[in-house]
Amino acid sequence: MKFNFTEEQQEFRLVLRRFLSDHSPTTEVRRLMETDDGCDPDVWRQVCQDLGLTGVHIPEAYGGQGFGLVELGIVLEEMGRALLCAPYFASTVLAATTILNVGTEEQKVTLLPPIAAGEMIATLAFAEDSGRWDSSGVEMTATSSGDEFSLSGCKSFVLDGASAGQIVAVARRPGSTGDEGVSLFLVSPDAEGLTRTLLESMDPTRKLARLEFNNVRATLLGAEGEAAAPLSKTMDQAAICLANEMVGGADILRESAVEYSLLRVQFGRAVGSFQAIKHKAADMLLEVEMAKAAAYYAAGAHDEGDDDWPAMASLAKASAGDAYMQAAIHTVQMHGGIGFTWDNDTHLWFKRAKSSEVFLGDSAHHRELMMQRWPE
Amino acid sequence: MSDPTEESVRSEARAWLEANWSPDLGLVEWRHKLADSGWGVPTWPTDWYGKGYSDPLGRVIEEEFDRIGAVSVARTGIRNLAAATLLEHGTKMQKEKFLLRILTGEDTWCQLFSEPGSGSDLAGASTRADKKGNKWIINGQKVWTTSAHHAQYGLLLARTDWDVPKHKGLSYFILDIEQPGVEVQPLRQMNGHASFNQVFFTDAVIEPEFQVSELGDGWKVATTTLMNERRGADGLRRYAKATEKPGRAYAEEAEEIAHQLEPYKWYPQRAGRVDLVLQRARETGKINDPAIRQEIAKLLTMSKSTEWTARRARAAADLGLPQGPEGSIGKLAASNVARKAALVHTMLSGADAMLTGENSTMGGVIAEIFVSTPATSIAGGTDEIQKNIISERVLKLPKEARTDTDRPFRDVPRNIVT
Ligand SMILES: Cc1cc2nc3c(=O)[nH]c(=O)nc-3n(C[C@H](O)[C@H](O)[C@H](O)COP(=O)(O)OP(=O)(O)OC[C@H]3O[C@@H](n4cnc5c(N)ncnc54)[C@H](O)[C@@H]3O)c2cc1C
Repeated sequence: MKFNFTEEQQEFRLVLRRFLSDHSPTTEVRRLMETDDGCDPDVWRQVCQDLGLTGVHIPEAYGGQGFGLVELGIVLEEMGRALLCAPYFASTVLAATTILNVGTEEQKVTLLPPIAAGEMIATLAFAEDSGRWDSSGVEMTATSSGDEFSLSGCKSFVLDGASAGQIVAVARRPGSTGDEGVSLFLVSPDAEGLTRTLLESMDPTRKLARLEFNNVRATLLGAEGEAAAPLSKTMDQAAICLANEMVGGADILRESAVEYSLLRVQFGRAVGSFQAIKHKAADMLLEVEMAKAAAYYAAGAHDEGDDDWPAMASLAKASAGDAYMQAAIHTVQMHGGIGFTWDNDTHLWFKRAKSSEVFLGDSAHHRELMMQRWPE
Repeated sequence: MSDPTEESVRSEARAWLEANWSPDLGLVEWRHKLADSGWGVPTWPTDWYGKGYSDPLGRVIEEEFDRIGAVSVARTGIRNLAAATLLEHGTKMQKEKFLLRILTGEDTWCQLFSEPGSGSDLAGASTRADKKGNKWIINGQKVWTTSAHHAQYGLLLARTDWDVPKHKGLSYFILDIEQPGVEVQPLRQMNGHASFNQVFFTDAVIEPEFQVSELGDGWKVATTTLMNERRGADGLRRYAKATEKPGRAYAEEAEEIAHQLEPYKWYPQRAGRVDLVLQRARETGKINDPAIRQEIAKLLTMSKSTEWTARRARAAADLGLPQGPEGSIGKLAASNVARKAALVHTMLSGADAMLTGENSTMGGVIAEIFVSTPATSIAGGTDEIQKNIISERVLKLPKEARTDTDRPFRDVPRNIVT
């Protein structure tokens, strides 16, 4: 599955593409990005119930479809293309994957089915004001008294954090450092002492929140003090998902740039007939195809259980991040003045590219991870 | 009288400023003094508010203004381009009517060149100017017109002859924006500002004496405007900054910056804000990250070399040497700096680059860099057009075969304007 898709997978992609082009045209994207929770309930219901997308990689035992990251990657690539406004990445990718990686059997049985059905929207609150998605960066503390835990600290850049119905939060034992003493907790959004603030995001199609915890009661998810390794795995899986989402966005930008260059006439000919523009289009194709190859490979490597898949996850994230931003810059440029306007759709993807570039760690960070993990 | 030297000019300017400058003067009143005395635009000809000094002497005088804190003549925005164009091509009447009010800042100007159908291909303009009686009647549409929403006058490129090749059928006019036949509609940009506009003409009227240069000379005159625009985009651009010092002239200047210059408030961000990079690197602690240090060093190298290239061009011009390639590459280099700066600011910001608005880093300034730098490689002629100019006019490489210049303009394929 690293180098090609099966017929079923291609069929699946086509169905999604049709659905999303009907239900997530940019008029809808523009409408939803102005709202606080940035999601159309009716479209969300179809995404969850009719298409079953919220459970794609959740095992059947927990109410999902039981596919792997390859299929999840297809979904994300198509959503990235269409800039679907929905809490999909927060709930299915971040929260469900975390629960799968750390939850006890009993927790998985209770928590995952509603997420798979789309009835519960969950999110993962990991990064703090320092903007790090690694356990060492966690400062929020969890104090225990008997079976009860109480969280204090701040989380930021939480995807759909202001609207999610369930929060999975990362905190550490007081006094612990590094990967030691890190645990995951379930927090109810209306728990006492929790304040959720919607942040103004660069990419208004992706809602972010800052959460302040002031002695908030929480339930332990999985084993106490042992979350660092499974969280790192979750982040690698999420990086693969994000890479696939990004190549979807980069691809449609590339297509729109080429399409415009054929329509736009200057000096008595289509601007796409100028070699400068042809070369730019060819460069974009090259960069986007390279990033796609990496995103698909990483998803395949994960599903096939290759030892080196985490290194490939970082490779794919960095590659897609650079290619997406570059495609966005080229696309504005190829449109000329029109490309710089609000009414032209390019900036919607440009802003998604900018925020995806740093979400879950920027390219330099992932290249460093990749080097650390590169097989001997 | 002996030739002015740096020392003589410096002491003369200093003495004049000490005797005349006061922050308590009204802004317009002060600028009138500047225009009358020649100290406001000393490099302009003596007949027109200047002293005919060389550029280096002009810079000495600027230093004296900075030293004493005196407000200068109005010189930001398109009015600069209007002044340069009129000084070179305008009639005596046009210079008398417009130059002084440009210097005092009483009139704001805009550049009515680009159209929906013609941007890079400016000579493909299809806004029409038809003679009716002795007046010109204008119909058509312009776009991306910065400041049109509060300009009094526009520099207009319009077609007066459709039966000759495109460059030959254009004429250049001064258009009074504040008339019934002109409608200005703001256009919002991807950074949320609306500093440019669409401008529609329906039988707008221009008096015959507001034609600049001869009929059919429009392209030649527009070239003067564009050369000045591109020269100004070489990385040495200074942006007007309000001061909080007490005094009527300062307050009125601050008012001017807040209102007339409002469309330009994101322009420093569009250039990439290299000036903020080291400060941000220290604040974020990333100054010690070897990977980021390399990128910052590359950016500073680009930015400094761009500045020095522009200074070499100026130094050569000061010595009266012919322009070398340094002159043409400034705008292109500035685009590269802007793009690289956006990348470095992203690395410095990390996850904070996901945020925007007043509560984000530096009150939104950093976010504004990300969504404004793409304008640098488009406004005033795209990077691709700059490269064509450099390769064909500077390097003298063969021109692309053209099919749009060898026939009457009406037969050239073009966009359908809707
Ligand atoms: C912030 C901003 C402010 C502006 N202010 C003003 C203003 O005040 N007044 C005004 O008149 N205009 C203004 N402009 C317009 C600007 O000058 C034009 O947008 C620019 O010249 C490009 O023209 P266009 O938008 O029609 O793009 P197009 O010419 O349609 O270009 C589309 C693409 O084709 C490429 N292309 C075109 N021709 C060639 C070629 N021969 N070879 C290779 N590639 C080519 C371009 O580089 C670009 O990538 C402003 C623009 C911006 C972004």
